[in-house]
Amino acid sequence: MTIASLPTPTAWTDNKRYLWPLGALVMFLPLAGTIGYQLTGWTISLWLGFFILYGLIPMADRLLGEDDANPPDAAMESLAKDSYYRWALFISVPVYLGMWAYMVWFAVSQTLPWYGWLGVVLSLGVGCGLAINIGHELGHQTSPLERFLAKLTLAPGFYGHFYVEHNRGHHTRVATPEDPASSRFGESFYEFLPRCVYGSFKSAWEIEKKRLTREGKSVWHWSNDNLQSWAMTALLWGAMIAWLGWIALPVLIIAAVYGGSLLEVVNYLEHYGLMRQKRADGGYERCQPHHSWNSNHVVTNVLLYHLQRHSDHHANPTRSYQTLRNFEDVPRLPSGYAAMILLAYLPPLWFRLMDPKVVEHHGGDMRKANIKPAIREQVIARYAQPA
Amino acid sequence: MKKWRCLVCDYVYDEALGWPDEGIAPGTKWADVPAGWSCPDCGASKGDFELVED
Ligand SMILES: [Zn+2]
Repeated sequence: MTIASLPTPTAWTDNKRYLWPLGALVMFLPLAGTIGYQLTGWTISLWLGFFILYGLIPMADRLLGEDDANPPDAAMESLAKDSYYRWALFISVPVYLGMWAYMVWFAVSQTLPWYGWLGVVLSLGVGCGLAINIGHELGHQTSPLERFLAKLTLAPGFYGHFYVEHNRGHHTRVATPEDPASSRFGESFYEFLPRCVYGSFKSAWEIEKKRLTREGKSVWHWSNDNLQSWAMTALLWGAMIAWLGWIALPVLIIAAVYGGSLLEVVNYLEHYGLMRQKRADGGYERCQPHHSWNSNHVVTNVLLYHLQRHSDHHANPTRSYQTLRNFEDVPRLPSGYAAMILLAYLPPLWFRLMDPKVVEHHGGDMRKANIKPAIREQVIARYAQPA
Repeated sequence: MKKWRCLVCDYVYDEALGWPDEGIAPGTKWADVPAGWSCPDCGASKGDFELVED
């Protein structure tokens, strides 16, 4: 290699460089579980994807801890242009699609006890959830190839509306009460989930309707990004049903619903209780680094392509994953997203851990927080400092 | 006069109009918009904009 022999101004090397393909590798795990089952006959092996998400990853985060290393400014451009990273991401797409088709086939074609079948379907759902995150990264890129791959990656899990809603909806309304995908102080994950899913579908439809109307087209025009994504889902699901019969449909639906809920539980963590303040003219201040919860836990950061460096993501949304930086003095979660998901499933524990952090972040002035409307006045009164 | 579109949310900065709310006078070229300025709608950086071709 000639590069290595040249004296470069930056001797910096990316310590995560060779870890990024793990995002694609992890997509093999549900499949590995089925192979394990066939070798050992142990039904529990079919739950491999599920156990890795809720057990191994949070534990590995705890053991391996945090990495707050940032690329220096001088290395940013070459890092952004290094096509290795682009390919490390791309490779996850065919791996996911192959795994998805295989797992649907496996669930349908094998004689399994119901708890084995469920393990297969939920392990597949973990893959669907991770794939939405891959679609997220691709959907922020600007080339037509990446944008096509984004829609394709969202299609098996029927989450194509996310491609539209996330960029043009969530990124503009983030950390405001108007955003379906920003969770509110005092709102449990189970309250957030239906509000977010319904609000996001509705928003995605309206965003494209508005754009197409502006261009003088009908909302049913083929260039509607929602319709394009849903057509891909119809095509993929149709192909699976044509191949395997209607018995595949419950597998497709349960995996998609569970995968979508994984994406939304991550959404739940990202902006909990944080709020942009209103300006005198009624608009909101810009989204700033203190409007997102961050984590530097290295295992989740690799598997989620630096999604947890969330403040930088909102400040520089088209910046690709390898170049996202850790910001100092931003809201920080006590653990990686994988462990925080488990807490989010248990609202009393979530509130006990996170509510004091939100209160502390606002210095007790909860008028500045994004609070569930029904309890807003109570919460403000409860934490107000005596004058 | 040119226009620049936010690649994230589609907000358009029109050089002819500037952004007087924040002291960017009408007629301010994109290159002269301060480097730290960000999209008024979604907070994306100046680097997240592309020239509108028409
Ligand atoms: Zn924008």
